[in-house]
Amino acid sequence: MATIEATPAAAPAAAGPRPRRSRAGGHPREWVWGYLMVLPLLAGLGVFYLWPIAQSVYFSFTEWGAFGGQRWVGTANYRDFLSDPELPKAAWNTLRYSLLVLLAVPLSVVLAALLNQVRDRHVALYRTLYFLPVVSMPAAVAMVWRWLYNGDYGLINYLLSLVGVDGPHWVSDERFTVYAMAVVGVWASLGYNMIIFSAGLKSIPRHYYEAAAIDGAGRVRQFFAVTLPLLSPSIFFVSVLSVIGGLQMFDTVLMMLGKSNPALAGSKTVAYLFYEDAFLDNRQGMASAVAVVLMAVLLLLTAVQFRLQKKWVHYE
Amino acid sequence: MSRQQRLWPVHVVLAVGAAAMVAPFFWQLLTSLQTFGEATSVPPTFVPGWHWSNYAEVFRSTPFLAQFGNTVLITVVRVLTQLLFCSMAAYAFARMRFPGRDALFLVILSVLMVPGQLYLLPQYRMVMNLGLLNTLTGIVLPGMFSAFGTFMLRQFFLSLPRDIEEAARLDGAGPLRVFWSIVLPLARPGLISLGVLTVLWSWNDLLWPLVVTSDADRMPLSVGLATLQGEHVTDYPVLMAGSLLASLPMIVMFIAAQRRITEGIAFTGSK
Repeated sequence: MATIEATPAAAPAAAGPRPRRSRAGGHPREWVWGYLMVLPLLAGLGVFYLWPIAQSVYFSFTEWGAFGGQRWVGTANYRDFLSDPELPKAAWNTLRYSLLVLLAVPLSVVLAALLNQVRDRHVALYRTLYFLPVVSMPAAVAMVWRWLYNGDYGLINYLLSLVGVDGPHWVSDERFTVYAMAVVGVWASLGYNMIIFSAGLKSIPRHYYEAAAIDGAGRVRQFFAVTLPLLSPSIFFVSVLSVIGGLQMFDTVLMMLGKSNPALAGSKTVAYLFYEDAFLDNRQGMASAVAVVLMAVLLLLTAVQFRLQKKWVHYE
Repeated sequence: MSRQQRLWPVHVVLAVGAAAMVAPFFWQLLTSLQTFGEATSVPPTFVPGWHWSNYAEVFRSTPFLAQFGNTVLITVVRVLTQLLFCSMAAYAFARMRFPGRDALFLVILSVLMVPGQLYLLPQYRMVMNLGLLNTLTGIVLPGMFSAFGTFMLRQFFLSLPRDIEEAARLDGAGPLRVFWSIVLPLARPGLISLGVLTVLWSWNDLLWPLVVTSDADRMPLSVGLATLQGEHVTDYPVLMAGSLLASLPMIVMFIAAQRRITEGIAFTGSK
């Protein structure tokens, strides 16, 4: 997460009358304008985000009867969810997927470093091509990959057959679905990561490289001695975002597998369990418990990553 | 010249990667121009029969035009309202002084940290209780307010020089006047970046419109595509034509507004 800059203390333009010892400062008239300007946004976020967040936490301790009517069930939803026979598999799928998608990070660091070497007019072309998957509609992208992965007519299995490999049904055999989805995840995130890394690379002062070159470091040595350490804040940021996104993975399962896929049962992620409970099985208390647990895990993992960053992230 | 020669391995790696990025789209295009028979032949057909009729079929067999219109409308409303609400709040958070300001800003940031699953279900119940399921209003409502947009524009406002605002204030301009005629024009690059990112996210958004809509002609394109596959016979050439058409506007926008998008994204990763 980006850090929040402290607001630069406003120099009082003309030392007008100020309310004594007010921490906020400014005229009450300015206060009114301030409140009026933030009001529409705060009202909207309050109604559509903050209040629902509180409701979800409350829902997670309740159960809904068939005819409406809500009753308090304590931690029953949490116990049901944690003992749900589907959970271990879904958690394992989610974890595997998140770790596999992290492979996009080193790949995009290398690509961004290479991109940094070429001329500007080439940069624009490469950037456009690498960014195509990011701007394309995810539903459309999933459809294309589903077609490529098709066990009978797909291009991928045709190419494999040329080298004598009999390809599996990638998206209808649960032994392969997580890997198939991870390939799409990596492919789709390279362009986005590359842009963040390119911005990070541009902020590295040239003279570090010049100094390294004078010391006799070649290109590869410069990459490990200068680029990687100075890029580590961006790498940290992208890794945190990737893990957060990976743990919430849902769209790809829904669209690449489809609801009637025989492999779906073995390919669900935790976020998919949430969707099922909330919108297909009408178990809203349970769904809310899943969401709360998911948030707890996200916060925990993010905290761990922030703890670990001290060991490898260099801030200037 | 020597620099050029040293660069060729770099270009080879980048070009191979770029080919991997583009290949699925190329295959999509090829398939969209084939007959069903050509598409499902083994070995695959690499030279298409140029069956442009698949594109006409998209419009015939799905409410593509209606869904396209819905997507455009949703996107326009979201962009305009987000830009207005976020810039107003962001300006107040960046420049005005009032009690509780920093605490309120922290509340907004907390929304950024929470996974979407945590508000999705109550949002859905709220829209249902308002009788707005299956309406464009229902799809648009939550997306009019953005914690991210507020955060991003606040950072942008903080980077603007204060002198012009103060000069305008000394000339007797009120806060609203300063905001509207001085600050917003200065903040144009930031507003455009947020606007373009909002277009992109809104156009491609799936989960929320998926749960809110059930009638095909009330859906945005993303949901239309997602429900299309499997529901009918999977006519891959027509599906490929439809999905290509749905992605095309964002691809065109990216090529046109490349700098704004990359700046907006680079922004999220900086500081």
